[in-house]
Amino acid sequence: MPDTNESIEALAQQEYKHGWVSHVDADQLPPGLNEDIVHAISAKKHEPEWLTEWRLRAFRHWLTMREPEWQKPKYPKIDYQGIIYYSAPKKKPEVSSLDEVDPELLETFEKLGISLDEQKRLSGVAVDAVFDSVSVKTTFREELSKQGIIFCSFSEAVTDHPELVKKYLGSVVPYTDNYFATLNSAVFSDGSFCYIPPGVRCPMELSTYFRINSAGTGQFERTLLIADEGAYVSYLEGCTAPQRDENQLHAAVVELVALKGAHIKYSTVQNWYPGDKDGKGGVYNFVTKRGMASENAKISWTQVETGSAITWKYPSCVLKGDNSVGEFYSVALTRDRQMADTGTKMIHIGKNTKSTIVSKGISAGHADQTYRGLVKIMKGATGARNYSVCDSLLIGGTCGAHTTPYIESANPTAVVEHEASTSKISDDQIFFLRQRGLSEEDAVSMIVNGFCKDVLSELPMEFAVEAQKLLGVKLEGAVG
Amino acid sequence: MTTPLLEIRDLHASVDGTEILHGLSLSINAGEVHAIMGTNGSGKSTLTKVIAGHPDYEVTGGDVLFKGRSILQDEPEERACAGIFLAFQYPVEVPGVSNLYFLRSALNAQRKSRGEAELSGAEFLALVKEKAKLVDIDQALLNRSVNEGFSGGEKKRNEIFQLAMLAPTLAILDETDSGLDIDALKTVAAGVNSLRSPERAFLLVTHYQRLLNYIEPDFVHVLLDGRVVKSGGKQLALELEDKGYAWIEEEAASA
Repeated sequence: MPDTNESIEALAQQEYKHGWVSHVDADQLPPGLNEDIVHAISAKKHEPEWLTEWRLRAFRHWLTMREPEWQKPKYPKIDYQGIIYYSAPKKKPEVSSLDEVDPELLETFEKLGISLDEQKRLSGVAVDAVFDSVSVKTTFREELSKQGIIFCSFSEAVTDHPELVKKYLGSVVPYTDNYFATLNSAVFSDGSFCYIPPGVRCPMELSTYFRINSAGTGQFERTLLIADEGAYVSYLEGCTAPQRDENQLHAAVVELVALKGAHIKYSTVQNWYPGDKDGKGGVYNFVTKRGMASENAKISWTQVETGSAITWKYPSCVLKGDNSVGEFYSVALTRDRQMADTGTKMIHIGKNTKSTIVSKGISAGHADQTYRGLVKIMKGATGARNYSVCDSLLIGGTCGAHTTPYIESANPTAVVEHEASTSKISDDQIFFLRQRGLSEEDAVSMIVNGFCKDVLSELPMEFAVEAQKLLGVKLEGAVG
Repeated sequence: MTTPLLEIRDLHASVDGTEILHGLSLSINAGEVHAIMGTNGSGKSTLTKVIAGHPDYEVTGGDVLFKGRSILQDEPEERACAGIFLAFQYPVEVPGVSNLYFLRSALNAQRKSRGEAELSGAEFLALVKEKAKLVDIDQALLNRSVNEGFSGGEKKRNEIFQLAMLAPTLAILDETDSGLDIDALKTVAAGVNSLRSPERAFLLVTHYQRLLNYIEPDFVHVLLDGRVVKSGGKQLALELEDKGYAWIEEEAASA
């Protein structure tokens, strides 16, 4: 008779399915970091002087900072001088149709199941695909621009809309914010920019696919999303990466600006290379994501994190305006030697601000996960409310889950609730489902998806289906 | 002579290294209803789990044949797809998974394994409507998470509903009567009775004779210390109700 523990072990040992390296010639700077490199990046991108200066200020500040050590996941020291800070696909495409895009690049997207072609035709999703560091192709831009919506690569925004970039860049995550955000500010290569004018409801889900490629290239994305007064936008971000041996640092910054009455929904599905079963070679995902909500504005973060060797991030909301709302829905799945230290920060500044946190962590194999969250109620946040629930699900007996909620309240009228639970997938649950005819894999997948339901239901429809599949794939493996 | 639907031959089985079944034999033909009775710890539940293939139970001797073929090497889901159904004594909860989604997945997995086409949404719902009536199960329960927040009676009713939906050839009911009030017991029994057919056999595991007032067995077996020590007709159940188990133990000891 099969040993359930062994089978679960087998489930946790499935190899990364998106593992390959595509061969696109890269135009890259030599490894290392100094003022010359910062200048060179800025020059390569034909940036205005104010931005070069901004980068340099960030770089100089970074030199005075120390790499943080308080996080739970530990990793070997990163050699920042060994990283290549700029790399672009050689044939930088200036194309009007997909036919002109490097065929190998297209093939890469096909492997990932991200067919731009198909997306263009069928789904009504505008895709700004980031391959290494330079945006390759932006679709649907014309249609969006009719409504005054700007959706383009960050570099294009610097050229075409400098006033917006200058006004909002660093307004939510200042260049002095933290070690990795500061590093990003100095060397960021490209990313996405989005602006929704007042009162406009963006008619489609905006989507960016990130992908790390060129060996040894750190990726420093910068995303800036502004929803003007009364605007609405739903933004999707999804990632996957090829298999490799060296660790890859990914230190992105995402800034969301929700002006009066605006609503931003930001959804992420992340599936970067997690390393082999011993944890070798995976991506380090050290990302700073934060949104600023003005009066009556709402920011919702939804994330499904299944990849990376280490995930270290806290998508946060600064609830500055009265009656603003912040939400954080998260599923993090770690297996083998993956580690995650993730959660959110809800900073209540305005009156009657509300925040909701729903965090679901799943650990298998030797994985280790920490939920770390801060709910901070400032003195003026009269009537603030927070509700948090953090559930952990353990698969097998060698993984770990930790919950570290910080609650600071400086206003006596605030109501803060926190619930936490840790459970294991029981052998009885699996046996019950198998007795009804489901395979062990399907049984585990069903239990996990049920556990995550509250979060998955927050994702836009097509993303929810993808995420559900992804969780199933991540738990797949030879059974019996 | 026709092949029995289920044939258990000199079965030895243990859990955590302790042998619970010490040479149990039993034979069930299609269309029959068998009741297994016995005191706590006599091995009743162990028997049901071994037949269904629970990985915690190790078979150390003997054999279990289903439709003439040994199933001991089969995975639990393979046994389920072959037509063995176990109604659990303690139905488990699966939070966040709707009853209907779960059942449709299970039913289609079974159909697929038999080379049948999967049911469409409409076909499935029509079947649900038909079978829900049999066990008088509330439609609202069907859309809720599997057994989550169900009362004891609702959980048992849900088990019989699954039985009706999956239509197995061998249905094993492990103490389905425990924790049921008399009205719920009658409903569950009526559901089971309506599912009786010449092709389908039932194995009822129960502590008390009460259930057998409503589901009339063809055979009653008494389990003692991991063996069937006495078999008879439904009269045997009444005798046990009347005299308790002590006389059986004495009989077995002197045999």
